[in-house]
Amino acid sequence: MYTQALNSAPDGDKTTLEDATLAARFQERVDAEERIEPNDWMPQAYRKTLVRQISQHAHSEIVGMLPEGNWITRAPSLRRKAALLAKVQDECGHGLYLYAAAETLGTSREELVEQLLTEKAKYSSIFNYPTLTWADMGAIGWLVDGAAIMNQIPLCRCSYGPYARAMIRVCKEESFHQRQGYEIMLTLARGTAAQKDMAQDALNRWWWPCLMMFGPPDTESQHSDQSTRWKIKRFSNDELRQKFIDATVPQAHFLGLTLPDPALRFDDATGHWHHGPIDWAEFKRVVAGNGPCNRERLAARRKAHDDGAWVREAAIAYAEKQRQNAIAAQ
Amino acid sequence: MATGSVTVADTPLLRYLLRRADDALILGHRVSEWCGHAPIMEEEMALANMGLDLIGQARSLYGYAAEIEGAGNDENTYAYLRDERGYLNLLLVEQSNGDFAATMLRQYLYSAFIHPYWLALMGSPDTTLAAIAAKAEKEAAYHVRHSAEWVIRLGDGTAESHRRIAEALVRLWPFTGEMFEVDAGERGLIDAGVVPDTAGLREGWKHDVAAILQRATLEMPADGWMQQGGREGRHTEAFGHLLSELQYVQRAYPGATW
Repeated sequence: MYTQALNSAPDGDKTTLEDATLAARFQERVDAEERIEPNDWMPQAYRKTLVRQISQHAHSEIVGMLPEGNWITRAPSLRRKAALLAKVQDECGHGLYLYAAAETLGTSREELVEQLLTEKAKYSSIFNYPTLTWADMGAIGWLVDGAAIMNQIPLCRCSYGPYARAMIRVCKEESFHQRQGYEIMLTLARGTAAQKDMAQDALNRWWWPCLMMFGPPDTESQHSDQSTRWKIKRFSNDELRQKFIDATVPQAHFLGLTLPDPALRFDDATGHWHHGPIDWAEFKRVVAGNGPCNRERLAARRKAHDDGAWVREAAIAYAEKQRQNAIAAQ
Repeated sequence: MATGSVTVADTPLLRYLLRRADDALILGHRVSEWCGHAPIMEEEMALANMGLDLIGQARSLYGYAAEIEGAGNDENTYAYLRDERGYLNLLLVEQSNGDFAATMLRQYLYSAFIHPYWLALMGSPDTTLAAIAAKAEKEAAYHVRHSAEWVIRLGDGTAESHRRIAEALVRLWPFTGEMFEVDAGERGLIDAGVVPDTAGLREGWKHDVAAILQRATLEMPADGWMQQGGREGRHTEAFGHLLSELQYVQRAYPGATW
């Protein structure tokens, strides 16, 4: 998931002549579906692409805590409150092991977080949309996590071992979140008229941004080819988007809700749901920093980081004192 | 679910259960306010863990309260449809989070009290209470350990962390006395052997806290004047704001199921 902003190709691969044999051997291993592990030789560009993709994913998990965290203190029942808190905690856990997976490639969590806070790294634009009602907790679980799963299931077979293994665990938790989100929507759809309106409104606001989560159309996606050769990416953006639509439309109908796309129709010939045009101008605008909450999200992350600086300093100072005491005691 | 605020029967055991449940819910709610804003990712996880434990404890206690009251209330009517004056939690747990030092110190002062309390309650002849206590005890043991480590680390960390936690100690200390207060209703339960006497836990608590504060290079405040009122439904001003947030959806859409 959350790799939509990977639109620029990585820096040129400065492969030397000696590396050529290693590179060929590497590609053979990838082609044979072997997993590449941290200490294995790998092309610089592969390493760079992975650090960027995994860290973007990690940043998305951490920033993604904010829109849902916005409703923990207002969750409408104790069961929902506990489930939402646990869900947001899971997201933090995903962020942590994704940062750990990125660290196996030689870039520290601190460096990666710094890149997020200085806007050198991206996170998924979906989290730049606001959570305005309780129904948004349902819509995010159902649609955002649903889209994430579509993206992430193929990543469980990613050529890079630590990322693939992290994804297996992440996917299990995400599919639980998705069911939980759908169950919130179902409760609202079967509730009072006001609740059903709330659910419909949330679907209207989240549908198109969720379709954008799969990234630009294949005709505009720049470096899918290389990622596909490296078996990082298994399906194209449009293929995954179509899978998501096909899976989700009947779920919306079951809820008795209407998808906000007048052009949506089922094509008997292809067996797929055809959707209307996606507003890619909106997508580009939000990726570029001009979505409804881009500034708030980054400001919140920076504030947590800055406000926490004295805590981290204290922990380091205390650990150093303990170390000195231990030396003195010897 | 009812549409307005609910009334709750006033029996000693029910009052007792609501007090303990409210402590857990309100502290869990406060801790959950950190979500997404903690100083370290590992602390995001730890704070959420503690919040989840506390909300879980509240649910068990409300559930038992609903059972013995038998008046159609449930965990959600107790949590979402009682007014400020009907809430019976300690003033300590409703105190605003402040900075990370104040949050961890509040957690420690409460956990250092409630952990031995749950241990003692495990011996209750009321098997439901004993079972709730047995589960809560394990959780509280972790809360004590985690928060005490931070109290020590911050107290003996940098000059700034020491100043912050020392200030928090001055602010929170007057709210600690209420943990050991017992009214006539609870006295009856104690005398009947159903629940432990908090008074008997006071010296142990002071001893434990003194040891941690010493390692944190913090000075133990003199007992002095203590705030109270939470157990009778008289809260601090910030509490109404907490409830208005917690109860907002239930109050805005009366009668709906979520």
